[in-house]
Amino acid sequence: MTTRRLTADRLAGVVLAAFALVALWESSKLPLGTVEQPGPGTVPLLLALTLLVCSLAVVGGGGAAQPLSALQWTEWRHAVAILGACAFMALALERLGYRLTILVALLALVTLLEKKSLVVGVVFALGFSLGSYFLFNTLLKVPMPQSPFGF
Amino acid sequence: MVETLQNLSSGFAVALSPAVLLYAFVGCIVGTLVGVLPGVGPLAGISLLLPVTFGLNATNAIVLLAGIYYGAMYGGSTTSILMRIPGEAASVMTCIDGYAMTRKGRAGAALALAAFGSYVAGTVSVVGLMLLAPPLAEFALRFGPPENFALLVLGLLVLAYMSGGSMAKSLAMAALGLLLGMVGIDTMSGFFRFHYGIVELGDGIGVVPTAVGLFGISEILLSAGRATKTEIHTPRLRELLPSRQEWRDSAWPIGRGTLLGFVIGIIPGPGHVISSFVSYAVERRLSKHPERFGQGAVEGVAGPEAANNSATSGAFVPMLALGLPSGAVPAIMLAAMMIHGIAPGPLLIQQQPELFWGFIASMYVGNIVLLVLNLPFVGIFVNLLRIPYSFLYPSILAFATLGVYAVNNSVVDVWIMASTGLLGYALRKFDFEIAPIVLGLVLAPMIELSFRQSLAMSAGSYAIFFTRPITTVMLLVGLALLLLGLRPVFTKAMDWRAAVGLEPVARREGKGNS
Repeated sequence: MTTRRLTADRLAGVVLAAFALVALWESSKLPLGTVEQPGPGTVPLLLALTLLVCSLAVVGGGGAAQPLSALQWTEWRHAVAILGACAFMALALERLGYRLTILVALLALVTLLEKKSLVVGVVFALGFSLGSYFLFNTLLKVPMPQSPFGF
Repeated sequence: MVETLQNLSSGFAVALSPAVLLYAFVGCIVGTLVGVLPGVGPLAGISLLLPVTFGLNATNAIVLLAGIYYGAMYGGSTTSILMRIPGEAASVMTCIDGYAMTRKGRAGAALALAAFGSYVAGTVSVVGLMLLAPPLAEFALRFGPPENFALLVLGLLVLAYMSGGSMAKSLAMAALGLLLGMVGIDTMSGFFRFHYGIVELGDGIGVVPTAVGLFGISEILLSAGRATKTEIHTPRLRELLPSRQEWRDSAWPIGRGTLLGFVIGIIPGPGHVISSFVSYAVERRLSKHPERFGQGAVEGVAGPEAANNSATSGAFVPMLALGLPSGAVPAIMLAAMMIHGIAPGPLLIQQQPELFWGFIASMYVGNIVLLVLNLPFVGIFVNLLRIPYSFLYPSILAFATLGVYAVNNSVVDVWIMASTGLLGYALRKFDFEIAPIVLGLVLAPMIELSFRQSLAMSAGSYAIFFTRPITTVMLLVGLALLLLGLRPVFTKAMDWRAAVGLEPVARREGKGNS
């Protein structure tokens, strides 16, 4: 029975429907106004309802989609590490400054994740962070965050 | 007409000045690089370069950004044809037959026809832009909030209908984008919605970090760690000449692609992406040998490439004439204009003719620059792809972070980029279209404002949407598209009858025979 199996579309539809319910709940806390004079909560509420209906349609029509087990997640280690690098950059950019943040993030990605030698990693990360800083900040006058250590 | 030509000649005086020419040239080169590199795309490229334009005057800045936009359209085809890697989303369709032509030893012809088609489409569509934008701007002065609301809703529905796969999934994505667009201060009441204590969300979730995250970061997440030993074909100059038959076969697709692209580009939505899909579908439908598509049909390269370039110019029509962005890239261009103190809208052409006509003329120049630049130097651009991906993606990641941060000098935008990157990664894994999210995000404030303004105009009566002819027609077309698109959901819902043996005998037999 293909109609009862858990497919990728059905799982995605359920997650989206759950998000729509949360959005409905959050929207209902906003001033809704009246039917004639909608308040700031009306359109979000209508959109959350639309999302809910569409999500349920995805669930309903998702029986023929690929089974969940067919999805490949082989790159998950890389994905987690790259998202970790993004999070690090968001946290460090205004604390360590652009050059130091980019240096550390690139060095970690290239040496730890991509298994390049430390020398190659240092040359690449140092070259990129200093080169891009020179290009954008010095030549093109784009303001970039500085570190508290003065570089 | 005489007035238009006079204006155009004064535009050429601006466009051929050394500084503007230089910025058009730099924009085209950067755009081509951006188009060649997978995972960057015009949106990320423009976002990245936006802070660089802060020190330039308005004309130079807009010419530079526009050069990046249409340069990326040209560049995207190169890797699609030679390596089956779409440099940006609009080149996805070019991959299919372009790469098949490469495997047959016709890479040079495919590149030449893509470049020539892009050049013709780019140039012809600028004529369209030049002729259409001024009268449209005049006509738009009659548009009220109900017409704007209907136009934006129709744009979203057209996008959902045109997107590949299920319309329910595309609509869900559009609704998600619209919901995300509700974050921030409500323009009518000043109420701060969904802020959760983050003051930076007052202006809403930024288009730039969201687009860079959904398209750029998700691409990196999907492709990092994958073995990328791709063979790079670099055609020689003499191989770039198509055969007489190939010229003949591609002439009409280029013409149709130009027209389709321009019209679709005007409609709100990622016109350059949709137009290439539509053009491919139209060419396959019109072909006497549709079975050749996917096997190296030259029409499948020339049509979509012409369409996506034409759509680029088409997208500038509502942006310049109405001040309405038709997609994420025009939205960023619009933001750039506002940063430079230009008020986009119907009065722009009257009040700043040197900017408008200088911009138009620079597009003619840019198209010639791109044609001259792309074919002879294709080998150099393709060599960029020899950079190992293990070095390329960390560089793109760092550039993306810098570009996103520099727009508002805010780390909140970097967090948004990372979050939407994760969202885009998951959605693409589950085979969802992500373009409607960006468009929903861009259009959400405009849709809400025009909806509520319409009701304010009619003292709360919803009849205003059904008593104005333009509004009614647009909404009815939208409804028809919605019903057409959702038809499979309803027909699938009927399948339960088959499970319990209630399906008509004739239909079952028909299935059995197929």
